[in-house]
Amino acid sequence: MRRGFFTLVFAALTKALFAQEMADAMRSEGKIYVVVGVVVLIFIVLFAYLIWMDMRLKKLEKEKKG
Amino acid sequence: MKLAPFKLHISIKIAAIVLVFYTLVAGFLVSVPELDILNETIRNLFFHVTSWFAMVFLFLGAFVFSIRYLSSGSENDDLLAKVFVHVGMAFGAAGLVTGMLWAQYTWGSYWVPDPKLNGAAIAMLAYLAYVVLRNSITDEIMRAKVSSVYNIFAFVMMVIFVFILPRMTDSLHPGNGGNPAFSGYDLDSTMRMVFYPATIGWILLGLWISEVRYRIERLSLPNQ
Repeated sequence: MRRGFFTLVFAALTKALFAQEMADAMRSEGKIYVVVGVVVLIFIVLFAYLIWMDMRLKKLEKEKKG
Repeated sequence: MKLAPFKLHISIKIAAIVLVFYTLVAGFLVSVPELDILNETIRNLFFHVTSWFAMVFLFLGAFVFSIRYLSSGSENDDLLAKVFVHVGMAFGAAGLVTGMLWAQYTWGSYWVPDPKLNGAAIAMLAYLAYVVLRNSITDEIMRAKVSSVYNIFAFVMMVIFVFILPRMTDSLHPGNGGNPAFSGYDLDSTMRMVFYPATIGWILLGLWISEVRYRIERLSLPNQ
């Protein structure tokens, strides 16, 4: 019973202290788009490599068949 | 009977690209529940959990093809099982590393002595043993047979250590030992809109990488 009360008080305090911890600052300044941009760029490079490998393999397989 | 080689239709590859990029963009921009401690890191759900899902799917494929090999004796089946294990392990490693980084900022430590975490590590070691086992046998048919049998056990072990045991005891990890899974209290409908496509996208990406790996191996085989 007492443990439950303390948990509740602590949770409320934590909530009050951490209420602004979301990255709203990043979002409002548009910086979140930098994050998105960076991640998308990395994956464009990775997918380009994968697609290149795929096409290269197709060519090799065709040569092997013929 | 010669089985058809593993080949993915182009639509699957396009779907993989679309879904993964959708996840990357929407994952960061979609609104998420504002929870204590987790804060924005809840977005890791789209990357950490999806990596593990992809791994399980690929290991399931390896399991199926190992069983197929034991009845067909076709080198193709064994090759596919091996490829799925390799790529599955890569996704598993991604899941481990993303989980560790997430743990550091939410639990205060890169690793905790937890049934789920230790179970996942054991499962990865079990599959690492599969790779080592394959490398230790020189005779091709023997290698395929022994590793196929081992793969079946490895999959069963993975299911037990990652899914069953952690749920039977106390665990810090969501979804186990009395903690509700994310779907229980955090995963609202907005997050679901990203999470489900992300899971599919990651699985398709895993299949594509496996297919490329498989074709590379197949080209270096003498009689194909």
